[in-house]
Amino acid sequence: MADIKINPRRKYLRPEKLPHFFCSGCGCGQVLNYYTQALEELDMDPEKMVHIGGVGCTARIPVYIKTDMLHGVHGRTLAWATGIKMMKPDLPVVIFAGDGDLVSIGGNHMIQAARRNLDVTVVMVDNMNFAMTGGQVAPTTPEESVTMTTPYGSAEPRFDTCRLAIAAGATHVERWTTADRVQCKDAMKRALQHKGFSLIEIVSQCPTHYGRYALGTGDPQKVIDWIKDHTYKLTTADSISEEEKSGKLPCGEFYRVSRPIYQGTTVMSGKEDK
Amino acid sequence: MPKKKASKERVLSGVHFMLGNYATVEGAISAGCNYFAGYPITPANEISERMSQRLPQVGGKFVQGEDELCSVFSLAGAALAGGKVMTATASAGYNYMQEGLGYCYAIEAPMVIVDVQRTRGDNFASQADVYQMRYGASGDYEAIVVCPSSVQELYDYTIWAFNLAEEYRNPVIVMSETTIALMRERLDIPTADKIELYDRRYTKKTPDEYHPFEALANQCPEAAPIGEGYHTIYSLNPHDEYGNIDWDPIVFDNLYKRVTGKITENADKICRTESYMMDDADYAIVTYGSEFRPSIDAVETARKEGIKLGVLKLCNVWPVPENAICEVAGNVKKIFSVEMNLGKYVREIERASKNKCEVVSVTKNRGFVHTTDEIMTEIRKGVL
Ligand SMILES: Cc1ncc(C[n+]2csc(CCOP(=O)(O)OP(=O)(O)O)c2C)c(N)n1
Repeated sequence: MADIKINPRRKYLRPEKLPHFFCSGCGCGQVLNYYTQALEELDMDPEKMVHIGGVGCTARIPVYIKTDMLHGVHGRTLAWATGIKMMKPDLPVVIFAGDGDLVSIGGNHMIQAARRNLDVTVVMVDNMNFAMTGGQVAPTTPEESVTMTTPYGSAEPRFDTCRLAIAAGATHVERWTTADRVQCKDAMKRALQHKGFSLIEIVSQCPTHYGRYALGTGDPQKVIDWIKDHTYKLTTADSISEEEKSGKLPCGEFYRVSRPIYQGTTVMSGKEDK
Repeated sequence: MPKKKASKERVLSGVHFMLGNYATVEGAISAGCNYFAGYPITPANEISERMSQRLPQVGGKFVQGEDELCSVFSLAGAALAGGKVMTATASAGYNYMQEGLGYCYAIEAPMVIVDVQRTRGDNFASQADVYQMRYGASGDYEAIVVCPSSVQELYDYTIWAFNLAEEYRNPVIVMSETTIALMRERLDIPTADKIELYDRRYTKKTPDEYHPFEALANQCPEAAPIGEGYHTIYSLNPHDEYGNIDWDPIVFDNLYKRVTGKITENADKICRTESYMMDDADYAIVTYGSEFRPSIDAVETARKEGIKLGVLKLCNVWPVPENAICEVAGNVKKIFSVEMNLGKYVREIERASKNKCEVVSVTKNRGFVHTTDEIMTEIRKGVL
């Protein structure tokens, strides 16, 4: 009989929840995979952490992790996290949010939490649309894309979430794509070790909606190829002309600085640990 | 239910001449509140302001969030992390909190929300939100809403609210009003050993034995600390006793019947009323909140005129003190429902009266409480 090998990172998951509900070819499974790799390499136990998902496909990622988790309301992940961190500052809190969750309905919470340097890790899966609701335009949808609510193409410019986060005061900001296996994992490791607000944006394929409506293909590989064609790495940015960069998102580690973390709006004993 | 006494360092024992909003804060501090999040709104601002000063003094955390959604959702996070938590707002801000309240009812997070009711756009007195206190959020749930009528009661009922929240693992609303919130009155704060506090029941089970949402039909489940291996999903979505998200009709049924049952089946334990001159009364005013104040004066006037009038004061409006109202209805010829809106809670009073007597609605929504004269005019008409 062939040896059945069990993935050693299965211990981080809730086996009774599998198989997961993501469409085949969805990037959310990859993100979960990279994340559990990061946990393993840092020897972190999700049972000693709190994970948060709002509402959406991405928000389902932490439902599969064996951990205390908050779930089921759209866009309020950082508000939940604020209360948790005020009561238990040493408890690591990791948020998985869709682009709609984080920068549409939850946009102001994100900006303010970044400004305060709330000590959390935010993993934003940017699938360039509202996936769970059936593929509507999002603030991150590339211009002119056809979606379920932009039949004539999107007439709105897209957010650059990473620039937004840096401007708001986030202290660790990176962007990668689901095709960047090692970089995603390493970015998450840096985020988990960073004291302060970390945003890891992962541009991801949604073959079911964005792929079919905007790109005319439901083939995940083709959507990933499109994402690769429409992003570039910071490390090679110098060798690419401005013309080539236009309309493409840069990927890389943009920003990592140290600054006092949020401990409440007014704190009596002055600055405690940084 | 683990009981304890208030801690001495938190209780400003003695006689004070204090603003209602400050009394609310002192009630919360006495009750052990250690997390407050708020967003500026008149006439609740003095609550945030005093909290920002008092909480750091007693080792608590104060957050001024970006909006009322931040307030209520951060309360949920802080409550799950073990905090005794409160926010304060006024009508327009309470609107925004409904989404978060729905979540907190669903995951059974204990918390206290103070809504200093006001009129639209300005700070005139009103009780027009008495239904929103109870019915604002989506889904099936039961609310507990206490309604103080004085500065002293703002202090006392805020402590009561914390105890109810901990006992039933439910949000509890303190229905304050512009009238009493911005009034200065005598406040007697007892010594700490006279203040009894309840704390939520934490499980003694191991994570393997623990089922986060398992409880008897009329009870709340035991809590577990977060981040310590109990791996619980706290989801708005329907969940079974293990916390698994599930849309099975049986799961719906069990969950919603239990989260409502833990309040409705304990309504007699939760509800409080006070009777004034009811022993020989032919007529009764049934009222709540600051409308109690002119009502008690009306009793004095009426009695001088030979009208045997009494008052049933509802200390909480939700759950409805049905038995107390029904008993009064059986003993009097008429009930006068006095409230500061165009006639809302009168429907509950009519329902609870079970047709045992006529119920007259005495209403006013003009930015001020009823005067005694205004109430008396209705009483005189009613007893003719
Ligand atoms: C308050 C509220 N508004 C709208 C919805 C409907 N809704 C469900 S998921 C979702 C957004 C999904 O998009 P995103 O956050 O980007 O996550 P994705 O599914 O793409 O991973 C929306 C709007 C909701 N659940 N709650």
